[in-house]
Amino acid sequence: MRTARRNRVHLWRESHLRRPDANAEWTEYLFFRKNPKGVSFERWVHALGCRQWFNLARDTVSHRVLAIYAMGEAPPAIARDAAP
Amino acid sequence: MRSYSGLRVLVEGLRGHRGWEAAWRSSAPKAKYDIVVIGGGGHGLATAYYLAKQHGVSNVAVLERAWIGGGNSGRNTSIIRSNYYYPQSIDLYELALKSYETLALELNYNIMFGRRGIIFTGHSRHYVETMQRLVGAMELRGLDVRMVGRDEIASRIPVLDMSSGARFPVWGGFVQDRAGWARHDAVVWGYARAADRLGVDIIQGCEVRGFRKTESGRVIGLETSRGAIAADKVAICVAGHSTTLADQAGFRLPITSYALQAFVSEPIKPVLDTIHLSLATGVYVSQSDKGGLIIGGGLDLYPSYAQRGNLPVGAQVLGAVADQYPRFGRVRMLRQWAGIVDVVHDSSPILGETPVPGLYLNCGWGTGGFKAIPAGGQLLAHHLATGRPHPIAEPFGLDRFHTGRLVDEAAGAGIAH
Repeated sequence: MRTARRNRVHLWRESHLRRPDANAEWTEYLFFRKNPKGVSFERWVHALGCRQWFNLARDTVSHRVLAIYAMGEAPPAIARDAAP
Repeated sequence: MRSYSGLRVLVEGLRGHRGWEAAWRSSAPKAKYDIVVIGGGGHGLATAYYLAKQHGVSNVAVLERAWIGGGNSGRNTSIIRSNYYYPQSIDLYELALKSYETLALELNYNIMFGRRGIIFTGHSRHYVETMQRLVGAMELRGLDVRMVGRDEIASRIPVLDMSSGARFPVWGGFVQDRAGWARHDAVVWGYARAADRLGVDIIQGCEVRGFRKTESGRVIGLETSRGAIAADKVAICVAGHSTTLADQAGFRLPITSYALQAFVSEPIKPVLDTIHLSLATGVYVSQSDKGGLIIGGGLDLYPSYAQRGNLPVGAQVLGAVADQYPRFGRVRMLRQWAGIVDVVHDSSPILGETPVPGLYLNCGWGTGGFKAIPAGGQLLAHHLATGRPHPIAEPFGLDRFHTGRLVDEAAGAGIAH
């Protein structure tokens, strides 16, 4: 049973997805993920605080946070090997 | 290569154990194979074994980046059960459970399968209603599950806090008596040895770096750290790293990789002869033959490829253990580890063809891959050898995300994977 995840800061999902117009693209939008080993661009929410949504660039191997930027901004350029 | 037996152990013991040979050959890659399996974990080795055993295809190689059984096959809690909700899932996990029951004989390798049963407990009236619905669905499919009351739970799990002041009061539960536990390394080594005896090449320390394709896009081989290998068909059995290989092959997957942690305590006297899973906390506990408590819980909080696990989830899991079994509160943990699991939206596996011709897939088992090893191997071997999915594997194709025919165990069985 999934326990309620009442975390102070909560990851929602992959960021920079565009809501599709065509029906055929909904499978991709709903289910398919980049799931990168390395730099990941994600959408987080400060759930038990200011309720603010924000974007976060994170390395999925080292867990290092590489950049934090506002919703609607383009992802920053981060080299594949930026994280030590 | 000679068979293992009790007599053999006795004779070797008298001779100072000098007569044992390596359990499988150390193979160098050939230039071409009929089928190459990527991933030397349980599912990859089982696929190769059943290809040779059930379909007579023995010109097969298993490529492993590191060493056999060093990934999730060596990082799980080794629980085997089939108490799922949907008929498709029950058929799938029953195939695995029934295969496990005779696997030691089939492989001539003692996998130490013990039928100790698994008890799920609910901690409110609503959990009991949910369990009655689950058990009803399973009974319709002929599964050996039944509801159990507080008295039976108290006698089967004497260490569980059943008092009126318990943090998680026990309202009832359900049990599958045929569920059990096997030694995970032995499963991997048994499949490796049996596949090797049938002519399969097991190649360790061989990382896949790319796919060779024809102009029409069909896979005809691999680029590896030990040179190019040609193959008629290629199967990917790499769990949490499936997306990494799919990226190289040029298709996308509905997979997110998370770390799943497990813990083992210092050895204590025998106190728990079954497996207990609490629906309220998602935490499950069993005791190994050596006496250590084996503990697992939910996924880590964010996607990760780091095989270590984060502290907040560890604290939540072990806190739940201390709450539910007050006597375990002072037991010290010996080890903690994490494996990278491949979580799919409907918590059901993906078996069969990919959008790339010649390339096949076995992934998406999430937190429950170990229990399914014999089924994953048999079903993928069937598809590779015959060109068609086995009837049991049909509902689990990648195309279900396009057709919408999900097998939604995430909602059905209510289990955190």
